Amino acid sequence: MNLSFPMESSQFVIEMRGICKSFGSVKALEDVTLQVPQGTVHGLVGANGAGKSTLMKILAGLHRPDSGEIVRKGKICSWKNPSEAIASGVAMIYQELSLAPDLTVAENVWLGIEPSGRVCGTYSKKRMLEDTLALAEKHGFNLDPDQKVENLPASVCQIVEALKAIARNAEILVMDEPTSSCGEKEVAIILEMVRRLRGAGTTIIYISHRLEEVVEVAENITVLRDGRAVHTGPAKDLKIVDIVTHMVGRDVQHYFPKREVEIGSRVLRVSGLSSSSVRDIGFDLRRGEIVGVAGLVGAGRTELARVLCGLDEAICGSVELEGKEVMIENPADALSCGIMYVTEDRKRTGLFLDCPALWSMTLPCLAQLGMKYILKLDRENEIAEETAGKLSLKWLGPQAPANSLSGGNQQKLLLGRALIAQSLIWVLDEPTRGIDIAAKVDIYELIGRMVEKGKAILMISSELPELFGIADRILVMRRGRLVGNLVTSQTTQEAVMHLAAVDQERK
Amino acid sequence: MNKLFRELLPFGSLILVIAILSLWQPESFLTLDNFLNVLRRSSVYGIIALGMTFVIISGGIDLSVGSLLALCGMLAAGVMIGIGGQEPSSGVMILGTAIGLLAGAVGGALSGALITKLKLQPFIATLGTMSLYRGIALVMYDGQPINVASYRYLGEGSLLGIPVSVVLFVVVTVMSGAILHFTRFGRHVYAIGSNVQAAYHAGVKVDRSLIGVYLLGGLLTGLGAMIAMSRTVSAQPTAGVGAELDVIAAVVIGGASLSGGRGTVTGTIVGSLLISFLRNGCTLMGISTNAQLIVIGVVIVFAVALDQFTRRKASDAA
Repeated sequence: MNLSFPMESSQFVIEMRGICKSFGSVKALEDVTLQVPQGTVHGLVGANGAGKSTLMKILAGLHRPDSGEIVRKGKICSWKNPSEAIASGVAMIYQELSLAPDLTVAENVWLGIEPSGRVCGTYSKKRMLEDTLALAEKHGFNLDPDQKVENLPASVCQIVEALKAIARNAEILVMDEPTSSCGEKEVAIILEMVRRLRGAGTTIIYISHRLEEVVEVAENITVLRDGRAVHTGPAKDLKIVDIVTHMVGRDVQHYFPKREVEIGSRVLRVSGLSSSSVRDIGFDLRRGEIVGVAGLVGAGRTELARVLCGLDEAICGSVELEGKEVMIENPADALSCGIMYVTEDRKRTGLFLDCPALWSMTLPCLAQLGMKYILKLDRENEIAEETAGKLSLKWLGPQAPANSLSGGNQQKLLLGRALIAQSLIWVLDEPTRGIDIAAKVDIYELIGRMVEKGKAILMISSELPELFGIADRILVMRRGRLVGNLVTSQTTQEAVMHLAAVDQERK
Repeated sequence: MNKLFRELLPFGSLILVIAILSLWQPESFLTLDNFLNVLRRSSVYGIIALGMTFVIISGGIDLSVGSLLALCGMLAAGVMIGIGGQEPSSGVMILGTAIGLLAGAVGGALSGALITKLKLQPFIATLGTMSLYRGIALVMYDGQPINVASYRYLGEGSLLGIPVSVVLFVVVTVMSGAILHFTRFGRHVYAIGSNVQAAYHAGVKVDRSLIGVYLLGGLLTGLGAMIAMSRTVSAQPTAGVGAELDVIAAVVIGGASLSGGRGTVTGTIVGSLLISFLRNGCTLMGISTNAQLIVIGVVIVFAVALDQFTRRKASDAA
């Protein structure tokens, strides 16, 4: 249904008012208002999970808000799908580019709306090339419309994406992390593109984790935190430090059952470890210690875990386990060293969804349980039931398929592996992502019990309050490098966020 | 309830087919001789289908089994005749049989190696080996069959009144079930088929397991080849043309999913027997072999469509 009635004329080209959105019991957005004046660049920033993407997906017609309204050209709009949003002149450019690599620039720009040729059912390639060139020139871009997209660098692909949107008469462009996969030079090209588009009258909503970029290019900035817009104002009045403060918030939650545990001997020493995605990583891990890994999406946190656990190849560097150097070339090696990786992507790399739930729990531990060749199904069942009890896991029984469990309980299945294997080092990648509060607290308590028993925990998390709640130390990563190794009690969330988000060399 | 229904479904259709045929042709169909005959006929493809069950559960496919069947037979017969002459001794025949089984294992392992080491899709890799093995089998003796008149035991012999091929079929069935459900290797096969990424993350040596799967499939193809050769007392280079389709059909009718992670030994046995009984019944009713293809085709499509349907229902409910 398309509600439309005249409103007082607005100075904003697009306005989102009082947007609320929940996914199940999780509130993603609460009463968010976003007003963007014509022909400006509006920066949208916030920590991971603050609701930026959800807000923009609502704007692009992918999600529908539970309440609140979008006002465009004085009309209240309710878009059922992205094509309706595009028809109203709102286009989104996603993080993962949606270009067809085998087609040329012109073919991508006019994909689906090709200018028709003389014969019915054909299209005019000549007109397409000319139109593309004209469009590019009008916006100050210089590119060959007949080149294949697969040969273009990421920054030029962003330009093609923008042209594609403009060819569909987009007046408002939403750019989601356009620079996330770019080097310095390409970042400069993209920022220049944003300025030129603005010069040609396009309005841009610019999402980025790189705060210095946002401050550089945007007129206005809105900061989201935990699904609320906590600050909106002109960029020139904001320092990066202020933005970080808004992103983190002052009220740090401290309901975390942290236990006082004696830190013991060193179990792991990593030095100079590099893979194709991380460089020169070095840190220690001791018995009874919880070490957090902070950083923005794409900073290389998961990649650090992957190289440590044998999932990615180590190019150089060494890993010492209790004083002895070990070679970890595959996940099986990591397991036999007592290192258990619990994945961030449960569905894709963790669970066997349509198989009995206990398989997901016991599979890596079978050999250790004396089932190297022959399975003892009764014993396996017993162990699974016992572990489920320790984890307060709720399931319909070990034989029920894993996909019948809730997210929190699926996560407990994977954590059960480390319990059964009695792993010395637990590498937990976002162990509380997307699970409910009760399960989170269960997991914090489990981690607490394990460090009491002398295990060592390396925990990647995007939730700073969580890391500050339970970690003894926090490693901070940015762009594949370790940029901080901080004692939790002697640092602040602002300091960690600053290290994670701000490019020291550029400032 | 739904799940129970689906697990019983292949049994139900088998029982239904047997019941109909029993009522229709009680004198010729419902006899011990006819049943043993059907079992003996289904033993070759049934044994190969058991190997294919492992392959399909692991998320793969092996199109080369028909060609490998011919190649194993030609190699085994070639060794028997080459060493033992026209009347090879039992020792030579045992050696030839061993060569046939070995050839199967090697042929399967080669497909597995192509899939894991060259990262080829199983369909493509085994499409290649299918042509390769058939070609070798044809070139070996210029397309001529090899007769080994004294190689009769596997095809015609009997143990305690039961045909040897049927005994082997039963033994292989029990062993396959045991491997699939009661060994770590079997669990790994399911895990790889269900989610290969997750299996790798959990420390499963995926490449090694997959080569094992195709090797086992090849070995059982070799065994099937020996029975087939013994039944006709000759090795045919054109043996088993199109066998892969019958074998895959048996596995799929038995409830296995071509996307991997699902399938059972009982299902495969039921699938094999269903096809055999259908063929047998059609023959008894005087339906020509050409027309039988129509019946088999309809049954395959129906069984797989039903499988997809119940799967979609199940995932909707979840």
